[in-house]
Amino acid sequence: MPDPKTSPALDRSDSRVRHDEGISGAVRAFVDRVRSGDLGMLPVAVGLVLIAVVFTSLNPVFLAPNNLVNLLFDAAAIGCISLGIVCVLMLGQIDLSVGSMSGLASAMVGVLWINMGLPVVVAILAALSAGAVMGLIYGMLLNRFGMPSFVSTLAGLLAMLGMQLYILGPTGSINLSYSSPLVRFGQILIMPAWLSYALAVVPGIVMLAQGLRTMRLRAAANLSNAGISVLIAKTAMLTAALLIAVIYLNQGRGVPYMFGLFVLLVVIMNYALTRTKWGRSMFAVGGNTEAARRSGINVNRIRLSAFMLCSTLAALGGVLSAARLASSSQQAGTGDVNLNAIAAAVIGGTSLFGGRGSAWSALLGILVIQAISNGLTLLNLSSSLRYMITGAVLAIAVVVDSLARQSRASHGRA
Amino acid sequence: MTSQTTAQEPILRLRGVSKQFGAVSALSDIELDIHAGEVVALVGDNGAGKSTLVKVLAGVHQPTAGSIEFMGKPVTLDSPGTALEMGIATVFQDLALCENLDVVANLFLGHEIGPWALDEVQMEVRAWTLLQELAARIPSVREPIASLSGGQRQTVAIARSLLLNPKIIMLDEPTAALGVAQTAEVLNLIERVRDRGHGVVLISHNMEDVRAVADRIVVLRLGRNNGVFTQETSHEELVAAITGASENSVSRRRARKLEEMEQ
Repeated sequence: MPDPKTSPALDRSDSRVRHDEGISGAVRAFVDRVRSGDLGMLPVAVGLVLIAVVFTSLNPVFLAPNNLVNLLFDAAAIGCISLGIVCVLMLGQIDLSVGSMSGLASAMVGVLWINMGLPVVVAILAALSAGAVMGLIYGMLLNRFGMPSFVSTLAGLLAMLGMQLYILGPTGSINLSYSSPLVRFGQILIMPAWLSYALAVVPGIVMLAQGLRTMRLRAAANLSNAGISVLIAKTAMLTAALLIAVIYLNQGRGVPYMFGLFVLLVVIMNYALTRTKWGRSMFAVGGNTEAARRSGINVNRIRLSAFMLCSTLAALGGVLSAARLASSSQQAGTGDVNLNAIAAAVIGGTSLFGGRGSAWSALLGILVIQAISNGLTLLNLSSSLRYMITGAVLAIAVVVDSLARQSRASHGRA
Repeated sequence: MTSQTTAQEPILRLRGVSKQFGAVSALSDIELDIHAGEVVALVGDNGAGKSTLVKVLAGVHQPTAGSIEFMGKPVTLDSPGTALEMGIATVFQDLALCENLDVVANLFLGHEIGPWALDEVQMEVRAWTLLQELAARIPSVREPIASLSGGQRQTVAIARSLLLNPKIIMLDEPTAALGVAQTAEVLNLIERVRDRGHGVVLISHNMEDVRAVADRIVVLRLGRNNGVFTQETSHEELVAAITGASENSVSRRRARKLEEMEQ
């Protein structure tokens, strides 16, 4: 092993590469990335600021802490569905039936729990299993018969909508008891202030510890590091942003447990996608299926896992929305639920073309969608206008995705 | 080199291998031996069965008849995974790289270190070590494949096939899309791989490349063996073996040119 003090780091021996070090280097690398079309979270951040400014100027209630708390309650259910959509989009597939799946799951909870008197946990588990089975079916249709997911999930959409209407029967709506833990979870339960502050600090600590560990390992392996200043700056920014958000929300009711659950799922999914072999395989199958197959990846199993995750998360989203609305009705999962979930993933930066995306896009995307919907509701606009505006935002997001993709291609960044 | 290794047991021995697609016999009765530390070139015209043979050895297609012996034991190559595990690595003509992933991710695709918590540091170190052993000139292993040139991609694909320390690596047309300098780089790479003690199967249409690096040249014609040659074999003989006759369009053209020159 060469002496690290005298010889250049292992990854710094080629003179053609510019080496970004310190905070200025990190900023320069970020600007380069954005210029080449790797926009990352930038459009969403800009979008959120724009939305906040516009709606607050039209109705100051928009930025009131309690309105934002409501917004987070509403975001959790569709956010879960969107998180599943990220998985299938990652493979370049689509699931159009997530809305119906969530509706069916919500109906199952109502029927099994209220009408048949089973324990609520059993009802929820049954709904989640139904999701897993549905995903398994889509995956097998794709693997065995090469049926495009576009078609199979469209068929599933109709079938599950029918099933939802069938099991709800002629009354069409089941009310869930307001005093039950499930509905309280969906409507009332808020983290105590100390817990929300603690949770706001934890990500920074984890990030710092992880970063220091990586730096130590890289230094030991004679690899370069971006420098401790970048790490500290990132940690400080993250912690400050989270603390400000939590302090602001605690001016109102506080941080909903339901939103906490959603963020936890996002964090787990992010870890799975970026730090495990399964996640690497997901990216590979989405980027080049044949290459993935030839490197020994079991493509069929990856597809099954993605569709099963998507449908199960859609079912979970259905359960959460039943909890939020305190009812299982024929309307659950219909209307714009489907497209909002897909739009959120795309707006958040997951590509429709496969191979690019992140779990965070579900979180950021759903905040945008929910903020628009919430703001328009505050303005007392009818749902007709809401649909049109959400449609326009989705169109813009897809255009941005396509343009960024072309720019990446011309800058040689896939 | 050839004379001393042929005395040993070959790593891979094919006897009477045939492959039929419906009524078409793509391969019939193929015999092939590959030893450690030698480059065997597989040449032949379009449709001679080169790619089918490679796919049989890579586990993509299953032979309809015949036996394959690996390290002296009869084996069945029923999937790409089996062939890889056994120690037969293939670099396909289209390279099969994921453009959206970086060099490290592509090198370790399907064989990541730490399935539940990827060890990025160790993977990066091994990637650099491997690339340096091959004297490969990749500026950064954290760039996506899309930003690399054709020759660099070829290098990554070859490096990836070496990652699992295979006994044999097969290269399907590695120089077809490359410029002069890059071709020379890849040929150097092939020699370095051979000197590491791997058996190399090289498929190419380019006779110059073949004669530059191959220890033995195996000619296929219409799905059958049509002779084994060495670097010393003349161009005419090789072309005759490939096309199946000493009287063919290549020899006629050459004769015509010669006549013109003499006039």
